[in-house]
Amino acid sequence: MNFVRLIFRNRLAALGAVVLGLILLFVIITPLLPLQDPDVTNTADRFLPPFSEGHLLGTDHLGRDLLARLLYGTRVSLAVGIFAALIAGTIGSAIGIVAGYFGGRTDNVIMRGVDMLMAFPYILLALAIVAALGPGLFNALIAVAAVNIPFFARNIRGVTVSLAGREFIDAARLAGMGHTRIILTELLPNVLSTIVIAMSTTVGWMILETAGLSFLGLGSQPPQADLGSMLGEARSQLITDPHTSIIPGIMIFLIVMSINLLGDGVRDALDPRLRSGALTRPRAQTLVDRGDDVPADDQKGILNLQRLSTQFHVGPRIYKAVNEVSLFVKPGECVGVIGESGSGKSVTALSVMGLVPSPPGVVTGGAVRYEGEDLLDMPFEKLRQHRGDRVAYIFQDPLSTLHPLYKVGDQLKEAISVHHKVSDKELTNRAIDLLKSVRIPNAENRVRNYPHEMSGGMRQRVGIAMALANDPEVIIADEPTTALDVTVQAQILALLDDLRRERGLAIVFITHDFGVVAQLCDRVGVMYGGKIVEEGSTTDILDHPAHPYTKRLMACVPELGGGKRELAAIPGLPPIVSDLPPGCAFAPRCDKATEACKQGEITLDGSAHKVRCIHPEEEVA
Amino acid sequence: MGNYILKRLISAIPVLLGITIIVFLIMAMIPGDPATAILGSYATPENVEKLNRDLGLDKPLVVRYFIWLGNLLTGDFGRSFSLNRPVIDEILERFNATLILAGTAWVLCAIFGILAGVVSASRQYGFADKAITFVVLIGISVPSFFLGMMMILFFAVNLKILPVSGMFAIYGGGDLPDLLRHLVMPAIALAVVATGVVARLSRSAMLEVLRQDYIRTARAKGVGERRVLYGHALRAAMVSIIPVLGIQAGFVLSGSVFIEIVFQWPGVGRMLVDAILTRDILLVQGGVVFVAACYVFFNICVDVAQSLLDPRIKT
Repeated sequence: MNFVRLIFRNRLAALGAVVLGLILLFVIITPLLPLQDPDVTNTADRFLPPFSEGHLLGTDHLGRDLLARLLYGTRVSLAVGIFAALIAGTIGSAIGIVAGYFGGRTDNVIMRGVDMLMAFPYILLALAIVAALGPGLFNALIAVAAVNIPFFARNIRGVTVSLAGREFIDAARLAGMGHTRIILTELLPNVLSTIVIAMSTTVGWMILETAGLSFLGLGSQPPQADLGSMLGEARSQLITDPHTSIIPGIMIFLIVMSINLLGDGVRDALDPRLRSGALTRPRAQTLVDRGDDVPADDQKGILNLQRLSTQFHVGPRIYKAVNEVSLFVKPGECVGVIGESGSGKSVTALSVMGLVPSPPGVVTGGAVRYEGEDLLDMPFEKLRQHRGDRVAYIFQDPLSTLHPLYKVGDQLKEAISVHHKVSDKELTNRAIDLLKSVRIPNAENRVRNYPHEMSGGMRQRVGIAMALANDPEVIIADEPTTALDVTVQAQILALLDDLRRERGLAIVFITHDFGVVAQLCDRVGVMYGGKIVEEGSTTDILDHPAHPYTKRLMACVPELGGGKRELAAIPGLPPIVSDLPPGCAFAPRCDKATEACKQGEITLDGSAHKVRCIHPEEEVA
Repeated sequence: MGNYILKRLISAIPVLLGITIIVFLIMAMIPGDPATAILGSYATPENVEKLNRDLGLDKPLVVRYFIWLGNLLTGDFGRSFSLNRPVIDEILERFNATLILAGTAWVLCAIFGILAGVVSASRQYGFADKAITFVVLIGISVPSFFLGMMMILFFAVNLKILPVSGMFAIYGGGDLPDLLRHLVMPAIALAVVATGVVARLSRSAMLEVLRQDYIRTARAKGVGERRVLYGHALRAAMVSIIPVLGIQAGFVLSGSVFIEIVFQWPGVGRMLVDAILTRDILLVQGGVVFVAACYVFFNICVDVAQSLLDPRIKT
């Protein structure tokens, strides 16, 4: 029911359903209508134009009533198309299920055969079959069904293969069921919906293909008419009496278009990505919609986030990913942002340079100041000039963050050339120098590598080199070491530490790892449910965690040589940011929580060491 | 690179063999006795038997297949009885015309399909996107033969700006401008559906790619929006667009059968339809094998193009 509603929400699909329904209705009641016999010729009334007396759509070259022929022809075309789809669907699916279920040699042999059938342009195969069987409507039907079998075989095989490995099939096998029974009672019900959808989307082609064969004179033979043969017969009078061509042509068009519209609607309704908006094109810059409430500049460092709020608007739901986060970093300083997945730390980072994809992302409040200037307010061109030049990013998972089709050297060169006009030779030299600066051995050759030709650690270094390309003032590193093994991680952290000491770089370091924080950061902010819950110097936080969440989070870190300490996982899951309870977001998972924790906003208190908690583990200064 | 091409060529051999087997088997399904068909139903049994022997039809199916295959490999496709000339001569002559028509249509569908898809994706839900989506929907729903007929009616009969049909004017034609004038309508009619399919796919491929992390990286580097779209996104989207261009070549070849009939284009498609109607089986057999083999080679070219574009494909 839900599904039908989804289709009808799509107006075009609904239009398709209505048109197709009307055509089907007319075709079904055709024998009941007061029509003339479609095959009775009357040469005296040849080529009557439409709206002639007694012939609503006129007559053809033998004086036959076009309306009657059109309706009977549509009947034939639809029946043949649907029948062909049923045959192709049944045989093709059977082949696909057998291949997918049995796998191995059977699968190999069958799919080789299918591939060979698919090596033909489809009409050639159909023509060969018609040539062998002889022209005729039934033979055309067989030909069209036959050339569509590979399509079904391949699709259904794919679905079957994924099902055949699942537990319930194994269970059926262990229960001693025979192959036939497993296929019929366990597999078939699960692939049936795929088969039906495939049939409904291909019936349009098959109607078109049989009409095509009839048009060529290879399908329905006179006096029987389908839409294709009507069009084919009318072709010789195209110039003198175009209505005999236009009428059946428009009918084919209407049928195929309504099936296409409906098919698109079905596909869209079934595609979860479309519903979630995952296939909308992100803008070049995150949408900013924050009203007039812009915080005044409090001049706190080179990069200064003031009460920044970023939300995701997905349909009627609002996810508050970042909720009034304030954070700043000074030159030469490293500030850590720590939290679990989904705490909003990455969205905070991406909000800075407007890189949160919009839709669905919207910055709804606050300011992001770079050297006092509000980046949220900046015209796009100016923001673009800051990106990568003044404020650079290092992203997590460099296999997906580097372009797979460009050499790493070219990607480095591009990072420079979008900001500075430099000769190509100079660019190449700088790219090599950059790779050397992140200690990539053999940099001269490495510039010619593609990302997939490098190891994870190498790629991460390339990511760092790219961030350094224009000697930025601020680097925002979003979990740059998460995907790496410990030794590589240590090297990369040491590298970043050197860089900030040598170049006076300001670093915002996003991580979920306290070990990394201890090694690199001067100050730390702990995020939970889109808010900063604790903030202070690294030593304060590590030695005297005040928020219960921080404490629990640190208890999750195993210590090397720490003996058999109990590793305490935090019970429960991080909150869903669409549905935040009032008060402390951690309260449901916190063993210190009281009623007061769930009442109203709790402020971030303290001066150097701040905490958002009414029952802190330790009093903060 | 050379290795890769060689590998693809070798892998084409079983496919080509498969094609000949399939075509041979289909033709072997023909009911009735070819000798009787040639000699007529009044022929004496001795004569039928003699002809069967002469034609090699008394031999087992497998032997007949290999004899036929051997002949194909030496370029002997047999003799067309309806045209009374070697099948291969007729095919080569006709294939030229089909290649011009289908090739032009394919180039049109590649250029305009990708262009429409990219414009559509870059202005998603904007006016251009909606307009393109609407036109594409109509385009993929019109049967090409009907569209061709309507184009003739409009451009050739009503406006009289283009010739009705044929490849060259009967009098005084034969040069390139003449060919182009004759080519415009059939090529467009043939390209419309394929263009629609390519446009749809390009649009969704672009939207898919624009969500990828490496696009965000490009933006974070400060790359301008135009370069993000055409340099980064389109380049990556081409990886999924190119295989579809290969498939569309097959559809264009298929569609050319109808278009050749509508526009009296002297190509292989029309030859095949005529051959089927006159029951000239050798001509059908030869034509189908020849065109299918060309299509296989074309797809190898597509794969090679793909491997040039995508360094992740092992060469």
